[in-house]
Amino acid sequence: MPEHPKRIGGLFPRNRDRHPPPFTPGYRSSVVRAPQFSLVSIGASLSELTGPVFGHDSIGTDDNDLTRNHAAKDGSPIGERMIVYGRIRDETGRGIPSTLVEIWQANAGGRYHHPGETYHAPLDPNFGGCGRTLTDDEGWYEFRTIKPGPYPWPNGVNDWRPAHIHFSLFGQSFAQRLITQMYFEGDPLIRHCPIVNTIADQATIDDLVARLDLRASLPMDLLAYRFDLTLRGRRQTYFENTR
Amino acid sequence: MTGHSSHIMETPSQTAGPYVQIGCTPSRVGLAGINPGKDLGASLVSRKTMGRRISITGQIFDGTGKAVRDGLVEIWQADHNGLFNTPLETRGKPDPHFTGWGRQGTDLKTGLYRFETIVPGRVSWHDGRMQAPHVTFWIAGRGINLGLCTRMYFPDHQEDNAADPVLTGLEHPTRIPTLIAAPDGDDAYRFDIVLRGRNETVFFEH
Ligand SMILES: [Fe+3]
Repeated sequence: MPEHPKRIGGLFPRNRDRHPPPFTPGYRSSVVRAPQFSLVSIGASLSELTGPVFGHDSIGTDDNDLTRNHAAKDGSPIGERMIVYGRIRDETGRGIPSTLVEIWQANAGGRYHHPGETYHAPLDPNFGGCGRTLTDDEGWYEFRTIKPGPYPWPNGVNDWRPAHIHFSLFGQSFAQRLITQMYFEGDPLIRHCPIVNTIADQATIDDLVARLDLRASLPMDLLAYRFDLTLRGRRQTYFENTR
Repeated sequence: MTGHSSHIMETPSQTAGPYVQIGCTPSRVGLAGINPGKDLGASLVSRKTMGRRISITGQIFDGTGKAVRDGLVEIWQADHNGLFNTPLETRGKPDPHFTGWGRQGTDLKTGLYRFETIVPGRVSWHDGRMQAPHVTFWIAGRGINLGLCTRMYFPDHQEDNAADPVLTGLEHPTRIPTLIAAPDGDDAYRFDIVLRGRNETVFFEH
């Protein structure tokens, strides 16, 4: 029977005040899907401290370019072309290398490419709306895409989502797994959004807002937005020795 | 500024929303062309994988008893020797033909998910005691503000389960059955997850 390794350090406890609570009646879908019991706290064991690892062979070359990965040969999606880039690090500030980042979004008209979508804005035949990439050695990622449009959704009588991109992140431990959304600096819909407002604190919401970054933009081609993300940190470990 | 507030803190979660399958299982929603081949996590095993082959199927139910049809289910588990397929594994060489990680959307019509996998070996707990064989589940979707983590145990490992540090440590032992799969034919298990209300599944934080 393998022995328990002493080399993988535990994770910092999750600061639950930064996350939305499960039951947020302003966001109607949570009402029937929020557990009533408190979470049961068990320290992360090997089953949660470890997690899947992805190789470059699992990612295609165009997977991080949403302006191309679903476009016809001479086609290109309609919308404001942009770069979304940033760094994935943990709470100790260390970049997280070779970790999987996946995004999905609506097209420029605010419509998703999905069989369950009901909004009547047009589909864009050249836009699928999903992409993925692995971070580099220092935790940096980059996507090319178009700016998603805001869209109405069945919640309150007149609720609209601000323009947003969904992000899914892994880290090195399954207990670091996180799905979140990125918003755009200056969008007036942010403060009206019931999903944004599941987060209580304004400064915490600001962590989900990407900033326009003119220096990283490509003249005559793409604007750039920067969005850094942070995953749970790990106590001092022998991590480096085990890789 | 205090030391505490100067720490970089975890990015807050937001719901995965109703379209999580676009990003995570694109071929299920008509976007197979974006990643020719298979969705990541579509398969855990190959013909060479060691261990006893099983399937796990189930549904996720909301507080009204309705199956969630726009959700995402991920599993992570040890190989048949209790080793994880990651460079962090220092106890031995994991089975290279077993990924340990699977991901499926719940079916858009039925809400069913299904994994083909193996029975995991036993993995030690912090204090060296052995845990019963278990599969770690993580679920996300519309109405779930922060991904939920639970575990599936095996009904035919009663002795291991009776000594498992997580199951025996539960404050409310009447909730243990929510963590144990039901036999569902030969080498098949059924594991339903209840998000809210009667028989609500135990969800963990780590
Ligand atoms: Fe959305």
